[in-house]
Amino acid sequence: MPDIRLEHLRKDYGAVTVIEDLNLEMADGEFTVLVGPSGCGKSTTLRMIAGLESVTGGQIMIGDRDVSQLEPKARDLAMVFQDYALYPHMNVAKNMSFALRLARMNKADIDKRVKEVAETLDLKAYLDRKPAELSGGQRQRVAMGRALVRDAGTFLFDEPLSNLDAKLRGQMRAELALMHQRVGKNMIYVTHDQIEAMTLGDKIVVMKFGKIMQAGSPEELYRNPANKFVAGFIGSPTMNFLDAELSEDAGTLHAKGEGFAIPLSAQKAAGLQSHKDRKVTLGIRPSSFAEDSAGIEMPVILSEYIGAQSVLISEMGGQRVAIEVNSVAPVRTGETRNFTVQGDEVHLFDPQSEAAL
Amino acid sequence: MSIARANRMTPYLFLAPAGLVLLIALFYPICYMIYASFLDWNPSQRIGEADWVGIRNYVKLFSDDAFRESMWVTIKFAAVVVTLEMIIGVGLALLLDRNIRGMSVLRTLFILPMMIAPIVVGLMWRYMYHPTVGIFNQTLTSWGFEPIPWLSDGSWAFASIIIADVWQWTPFIFILSLAALQSLPSSAIEASKIDGATGWQQIIYIKLPLMLPVLIVTLLLRLIDSFKVLEVILVMTNGGPGLSTEILSIRINRTASEFRELGEAAAMSNLLLIVLLILTFAMFIYNKAQELRAQRLRAAAEDTE
Repeated sequence: MPDIRLEHLRKDYGAVTVIEDLNLEMADGEFTVLVGPSGCGKSTTLRMIAGLESVTGGQIMIGDRDVSQLEPKARDLAMVFQDYALYPHMNVAKNMSFALRLARMNKADIDKRVKEVAETLDLKAYLDRKPAELSGGQRQRVAMGRALVRDAGTFLFDEPLSNLDAKLRGQMRAELALMHQRVGKNMIYVTHDQIEAMTLGDKIVVMKFGKIMQAGSPEELYRNPANKFVAGFIGSPTMNFLDAELSEDAGTLHAKGEGFAIPLSAQKAAGLQSHKDRKVTLGIRPSSFAEDSAGIEMPVILSEYIGAQSVLISEMGGQRVAIEVNSVAPVRTGETRNFTVQGDEVHLFDPQSEAAL
Repeated sequence: MSIARANRMTPYLFLAPAGLVLLIALFYPICYMIYASFLDWNPSQRIGEADWVGIRNYVKLFSDDAFRESMWVTIKFAAVVVTLEMIIGVGLALLLDRNIRGMSVLRTLFILPMMIAPIVVGLMWRYMYHPTVGIFNQTLTSWGFEPIPWLSDGSWAFASIIIADVWQWTPFIFILSLAALQSLPSSAIEASKIDGATGWQQIIYIKLPLMLPVLIVTLLLRLIDSFKVLEVILVMTNGGPGLSTEILSIRINRTASEFRELGEAAAMSNLLLIVLLILTFAMFIYNKAQELRAQRLRAAAEDTE
């Protein structure tokens, strides 16, 4: 299983450039997730890797082979589509064995492989059924099975779980993670769901307008987002963004806004001296608030009970913020609570370039 | 009458005019024709004056060599043209199902023949087949070949009417196949590319099987039409030379107008009608079977939820 490199990849549709100069490296056996809002070019990128979309410029290297001009079948890939793309006129066994039959593998081996994979995916009872006779979750598993029997070097997934209901999606997500552990192949996965990205990916690539905003491990992206977009995209509930100003008070840098001043930790403040007295965008995750009677007084506009956690909608410096609290002591709408924010848990962004400071 | 009952009757009330038209315009002539087929009736008589001869017209038909020959010509014609049209039409659709500049113009051009009135098509081909001034023979002679007796030799005449029909009706199969192709799930075709299918394998294993329901209905529609063909052949050969291109509808026409045997013509029409009914019924059964199958699949899918 070779590593995959995208080098200066570019895609134009007529005069419209969808992807411009995309560079990405995916290590051997890595589970890479391309994530971003609709229209960010993530599916186009995946389809270019698959060979279903032509490449306008740049190269796709699999190992040391430039595959960017090769037919899909010459790229040693398997792919799972969003709508499963099963062959409606073939039963499950035929669907799964199609590629092997085209490759003229001998029949006994095909049967063996199909049976093995059907077993792991719990599809053995349905081998004779046509896709129309299966439920959504079963079709999804057939689509995965079709990719698995191929034993291809790289697996591509184009939003494979988006047509399933929430419960099934959770189940299939776990199945996928297990499958990756078991087969240990390169996997490239496209989704617009950050939870899928966080739970599945060894590496997450956040895209916007055909550009990579940040690529890294889930922890990296969560802890150190490179810009406001990534900070807002990764994490749930979403990060709060507030207008603030950096000012020095008794030798400590503070992020000051209307009615709040958060002292920054020495570590955070270290590189920020040059930004003193400048406007910044302050990012605080809802989970970074802690109840503290000495903290800022905040009204509870709305309390959303989720289970173990509750999300409070409140106001800080005239701007709306979400706060995540433990549900042990119930908080009612209309109450007032005091919260502090730890200075090493805030994120600061340049208001113009939106890059992290 | 209660309101609920009046409400139930409303749809029938709205359907009544159409039903009436059907009764007068369709049912009445058919009954008239069935009745006429049991009469020895010539055009100078009113229908009431014709003698009742029972099934004599039918019996006579089966021992009539000319009728049998005509039936054979019709079947041969239908089989050959529909086969050729299916192969060429589907082939063209597969060939033109792609995004190339100017393809929409090309597609429009391809369906032009279908839009020309059959009489005009007949005249057009008759002039093109003309032994001396026709474009075919002029071209052949100018290249130094022997001219071909397009419409004056039995075998050539049969081939000539087939060429004209294929020219006119291939577009019908072409547009239906193209529509079927373009409504195929594109992801299934993409999946087959990833699975390693070559262009031909995509056609044979994915595209054609998925198009099959449309192709079968198209085939039956064309078959029904080709059994009824009249104008083009009437204008081109009028059934000649000899009986070589005398398809059933020409035979019926001649029996009625030339031989003045209205009863016999009616009997022939009824036989043709029966053939067409069988084909229509086949189509109906096929559609019904497809529906039932889809229903069964849906039910099975719900069971497994």
